[in-house]
Amino acid sequence: MTGVQYFDIVVVGAGPAGLAASIEAARRGAKTLVVDENNKPGGQLFKQIHKFFGSHEHRAGVRGYDIGRQLLEDAGSAGVTVWLDAVVHGMFERRVAVLRAGRHITVSAGQIILATGASENAVAFPGSTLPGVMGAGAIQTMINVHRVLPGKRFVMLGSGNVGLIVSYQLMQAGAEVLAVVEAMPWIGGYGVHAAKIRRAGTPILVGTTISRAVGKGKVDGVVLANFGADGKIDPNSERTLAADTVGLAVGLSPLAELAWMAGCSFVFSSRLGGHVPLHDENMLTTLPGLYVAGDITGVEEASTAMEEGRLAGIAAAESLGLIGQEQATTDKNAVRGRIEVLRSGPFGEGRRLAKAEILQQRSLLSV
Amino acid sequence: MMRVDKHPVLGDREAGRRVTVSVDGAEIQAVEGEPIAAALLAQGIRVMRKTPRYGEPRGIFCGIGRCTDCIMTVDGVPNVRTCVTPIREGMIILSNLDRGGDAE
Repeated sequence: MTGVQYFDIVVVGAGPAGLAASIEAARRGAKTLVVDENNKPGGQLFKQIHKFFGSHEHRAGVRGYDIGRQLLEDAGSAGVTVWLDAVVHGMFERRVAVLRAGRHITVSAGQIILATGASENAVAFPGSTLPGVMGAGAIQTMINVHRVLPGKRFVMLGSGNVGLIVSYQLMQAGAEVLAVVEAMPWIGGYGVHAAKIRRAGTPILVGTTISRAVGKGKVDGVVLANFGADGKIDPNSERTLAADTVGLAVGLSPLAELAWMAGCSFVFSSRLGGHVPLHDENMLTTLPGLYVAGDITGVEEASTAMEEGRLAGIAAAESLGLIGQEQATTDKNAVRGRIEVLRSGPFGEGRRLAKAEILQQRSLLSV
Repeated sequence: MMRVDKHPVLGDREAGRRVTVSVDGAEIQAVEGEPIAAALLAQGIRVMRKTPRYGEPRGIFCGIGRCTDCIMTVDGVPNVRTCVTPIREGMIILSNLDRGGDAE
């Protein structure tokens, strides 16, 4: 059975960005729908059991799953409609095609906000297809949400915050982490996360990589190696750890297929994880009525994703005439101020510059 | 066996409703509603399928339903993404041994 349903604002993705966008839109009077392909809302928030950083107004010190619960509560009281197990598979101007519980539904929308998030990168080495090599985020979901350990003795590839945090959470779940391995000559993530791992006795091996995983049918050993002066793996440095599982924490890429399908203009930003849709200071893409928010616009973290969602939600409500320009400007500037704070400091500087570059590229297009 | 029963932040694991399913002919216990892949990992089952041409083993990789490495045949339906499919009582789960439609 098919049918066309109308919503003022349709948000794709019920993670931090999408939920925050929907709350702001609905609170301003928009009939708002959030569509998510998963059977639970919250995106990746519910596996984040660590306390968030940032200032008080960014919920610093609050654990990810508590932020997720609050967002769901706020979305509920704002009157947001949430469709789960619903896949958006078609993008048209102010229309999306949804497959929901086996039924095709066309949803007509005043404005569309894409908040589809990101997916983990893979890295290839001999043995990397063996069962036991998996994404660090997949490991995190298994241990913290489903309460299942996918292995006993782990090696983590990548020392960014994901690699460090998931390694620590593996220890909390009762697993052994033999080493965190980092190709660069320095640790990628925050010192505070690295210190917790080292205090627990797990070495962080910089200038080191995985040269191969070995095992018959599944991983039962991981061969580490250092780089020689020529930047290639030095075979004389190889040694084997008796690990049964490898976590890959080698970055994420924006999930932007729907934006590609819609025909947005893109720009490549290595700092932000790949090709991202160009957008303006309202999170509006190069297409009318199509906004983006969160990791689809460049991989950052949940706090900025929520703020970008709020910005898009307010801007989309404004463009529907639900709030006046003056009020909207006040609301949006408050959010922009908080985003600026999140992108300040030595770790935020690169992201801030990369984001500024996107706005700059977008403004050049409209001349 | 590999369930995280105690946790310093999350507390004790909620038992959930126990269900019994069949995996390649063997009965296993699972928690209703958890992803099929989680139930298998909890039993130490890591190989979800073999590749059609070379017979290489594959297991869960991305955990979010995108890479399709963990697909299995569930209740006669081939190529089911086990990392995002909730488990239910009495499911018949088979390693995805051949190309989609040929899976038996």
